[in-house]
Amino acid sequence: MIASRRKYKLHNSHAVVAEQFDDRTQQHEASSLGMWIFLATEIMFFGALFTGYTLYRNLYTTAFEAGSHLLNAKLGALNTAVLIGSSLTMALAVHAAQTGKRKRLMAFLVSTMILGGVFLCIKFVFEWIHEYKEGLVPGLHFTYAGPHAPHVEMFFCFYFIMTGVHAIHMIVGEGVLAVLLIMAWRGRFSEQKYNPIEMMGLYWHFIDVVWIFLFPLLYLLGAHY
Amino acid sequence: MSEHITSLKIYFIVFFSLLILTVSTWQIAYINLGRWNTVVALIIAVSKAALVATFFMHLRWSAPMMRLVLFAAIFWLAVMMTLTLGDFFSRGAVPQPHGWQTSVVASPPAAAGHQR
Repeated sequence: MIASRRKYKLHNSHAVVAEQFDDRTQQHEASSLGMWIFLATEIMFFGALFTGYTLYRNLYTTAFEAGSHLLNAKLGALNTAVLIGSSLTMALAVHAAQTGKRKRLMAFLVSTMILGGVFLCIKFVFEWIHEYKEGLVPGLHFTYAGPHAPHVEMFFCFYFIMTGVHAIHMIVGEGVLAVLLIMAWRGRFSEQKYNPIEMMGLYWHFIDVVWIFLFPLLYLLGAHY
Repeated sequence: MSEHITSLKIYFIVFFSLLILTVSTWQIAYINLGRWNTVVALIIAVSKAALVATFFMHLRWSAPMMRLVLFAAIFWLAVMMTLTLGDFFSRGAVPQPHGWQTSVVASPPAAAGHQR
């Protein structure tokens, strides 16, 4: 009994179309819909932060511009480019999965992970640690003494929470990419069966979109001229 | 339809457009356009997001249901932003009727422009 069940389960997890679906199209649409609904909740989650940011930016414009001015726009732009590059490699990984090229799929998954790692390194080593040394981290080490200091501190609260939550999403993404890489290595995907790769692609591109909004709002609206 | 395989060419065109838009939004930040800096930055950000969603996230070829979910999310986001900001920025817009007491907690965060 147990043996037959295990056999059944094993067989099922390798099947192209899971039992509850009529065909591949229906299965594909079901997983896409699930992923998009998850992304909708993520939009609301980040949306609340963006709403709060917009509100306080309008209330304390001068302080927020002063705070934004203290960030390194060059590193922000570089990181945007890195993340867009990782989105490209992720899209190419989906393409490789769809065309059943296992080695290319693994190569592009690895390059996505590397570019994601580069992003996190720049963020952590060159920005956050630098900002800590400069005394710009509210609660831990905040020594900014210019005009409107309390409101500049509020800007940095938004900055660290928004980029921090974004970085947590990246770290989760790196973990899922590692799992997918192992699955790809074990040959679990084919041109008939690549839904997990495509859903991971949706998630990764979503993180990219969040950063596309964070970059101008945090780094660029600080009147650099 | 839903299993559409996008051509590599499209991915690279989108990638380079995104890079060009990134460089332009970054460079425009160094030019003083007054209030328009914000507008231009947001327009560029929205177009970049639209490019990613349409091509990288395959919305161009996916079932209408996915687009519906995205529009629902954007709609609710717009509701949240409009009502929240509308509330905050209109506080104090209507003067207090004569004779009302201000015994309750201090004034709301003064309307926009408080500190400029």
